[in-house]
Amino acid sequence: MTTVAPERPFAEPRPAPGTQRSKLIRNIVLYAIMIAVAAVFLMPLLWMLSTSLKPKSQWFSQTIDWIPRTVTLANYERILGNPSTPIGRWFVNSLIVASLVTLLTLIVDSLAAYAYARMEFPGRRTIFALLLATLFLPGMMFLVPNFITVANLGWLNNFAGVIVPALAGVFGVFFLRQFFNGIPRELEEAAHIDGASALQTFAQVALPLAKPALATLAVITFLASWNDFLWPLLVLKDRQLQTLPPGLRTLQGAYTSEYGQMMAGATIAAIPVLVIYVALQRYIVRSVATTGLAGR
Amino acid sequence: MATTVQPRETSAPAVSRRRRLNITPYLFILPHLLVFAVFVGYPFFNGLYISFLQYDYLRPNNTQFIGLQNYTNLFTPGSVQYQVYWSSLGNTVEFVLYSVPFLIVIPLGLALLLNTRIRGSNVFRAIYFAPWALSGAVVALLWWWIFQSQGGLINYYLASWGVTPPRWLSTMPWAWVAIVVCTVWWTSGFNMIILLAALQDIPDYVYEAAAIDGATGVQSFWRITLPLLRPVLIFIVITSIIASFNLFIQPFIMTGGGPAQPGGGGATEPVMVRIYREGFERNLQGSAAAMSFVTALIMIAFSYANFRIFRERT
Repeated sequence: MTTVAPERPFAEPRPAPGTQRSKLIRNIVLYAIMIAVAAVFLMPLLWMLSTSLKPKSQWFSQTIDWIPRTVTLANYERILGNPSTPIGRWFVNSLIVASLVTLLTLIVDSLAAYAYARMEFPGRRTIFALLLATLFLPGMMFLVPNFITVANLGWLNNFAGVIVPALAGVFGVFFLRQFFNGIPRELEEAAHIDGASALQTFAQVALPLAKPALATLAVITFLASWNDFLWPLLVLKDRQLQTLPPGLRTLQGAYTSEYGQMMAGATIAAIPVLVIYVALQRYIVRSVATTGLAGR
Repeated sequence: MATTVQPRETSAPAVSRRRRLNITPYLFILPHLLVFAVFVGYPFFNGLYISFLQYDYLRPNNTQFIGLQNYTNLFTPGSVQYQVYWSSLGNTVEFVLYSVPFLIVIPLGLALLLNTRIRGSNVFRAIYFAPWALSGAVVALLWWWIFQSQGGLINYYLASWGVTPPRWLSTMPWAWVAIVVCTVWWTSGFNMIILLAALQDIPDYVYEAAAIDGATGVQSFWRITLPLLRPVLIFIVITSIIASFNLFIQPFIMTGGGPAQPGGGGATEPVMVRIYREGFERNLQGSAAAMSFVTALIMIAFSYANFRIFRERT
């Protein structure tokens, strides 16, 4: 002990006899709890996948088979082949809408955020305070009037009716402005002295520095758009133009008690999200964690 | 003093700034501000205006200015709107009361579990948080299937244990149980991540000092962890109440707002579903706009009260 002590100024108290064993027991108990909880979180997803791969005869069987006794893709083939539930089309629609919303949000929000963070102009504080104030307004206040606006613009059954209103949000502007405020100005000032225009400085100096914040915003914007239900349900009534979440509602109506088909649809809608989640989880976690800490 | 401070240097930029207003910043904010004005600014006032109309977008010729009629309907006992609106608002408050305690306690438990920093806890964190990334439509459809009376997973196990299973989605109070279980599974991870970040912010030496003073694990939880978490706990209680107040898709897909009540409306129909139905199934958009404004006022009053209380205490 004495030879180790100088290297560790805050040496732990001498372990009591049996500590090693009690620590082992503690770890075993912790793992048991964590695995049990993980099972609770994963089993519904497993059940979704399992149901989607079962033939109809096994949906209501006398025993619960977590692993299907016979694996079949019939449910997927059935919904993919049915012209009244064009789920392949819906998948492409969701992909187009979510990608465009993400791309345009990044462009529009980063431009605005940069100006609010770095530029002095008359009205800056007032406009920004106005944006801030609307964060406290509940979203459904805008449901009816925005629907009427979109209808008057002729954007019902048009992707523009879903994409453009999604760009009005203020969260991304705040989020990126915070980030721009946190990075040093020196590089931008140097670029300015070298004769770069404001747009060049923004695009070539500030944006590359903001990559982690842009990635975070991109991930959560894409997920929110991909998962959105109510607004696309209202705007995209044409079956060929629906996105996946309202499409699942259509499936629920079209296949009464055909649970295999519905779970196949749910799986198709869930898989891209889960892939993105597994790959980019740290960005999502970071954005949520900062949301909470900002509340203090 | 002022005269000695080289006047030319301070006034020169001011003059040039005044001479040509730099429009560059406005060009930067213009795209966002334009969309914001059309889809957040304008509808705020337009919504208020529509709430004074009898309005159906499918039949624009029938539009009529009816003053406060849409609002008086909401406050006249006996009117259709009165019955279904206040019933749905009551349902929403019920759901808030049932769901929020679970949405605080369970995430707190999970966060404490993960904060033991045992090897592999990042993997478990990812698993517990995963449902939050899914669409509400996927989650609600999945739990709708799990809670089915015929072939549903839950009733299968209940029956095999000799319990007579209820008809979850069409009887009370079981429909609320199903909706709360679905919600807790879907959104617990969100509060868990926030609480975990706050727990990891508590420095180790606080616990070490307590341990040296002979505090047990339970004592340090009540005396150190909880008091230090208080601001974050208040934050997630408020945000969870607001999120639960916005309940929509779980009853929309799982119960359709039912079971029906004798007085009208459904026993699990929340206020958001009611507004949607008023505006887009009955096509009474003026009335729906009035309902949204009254609901929004209630929510804003609640948020403001919280803000005041929160501010006074810290």
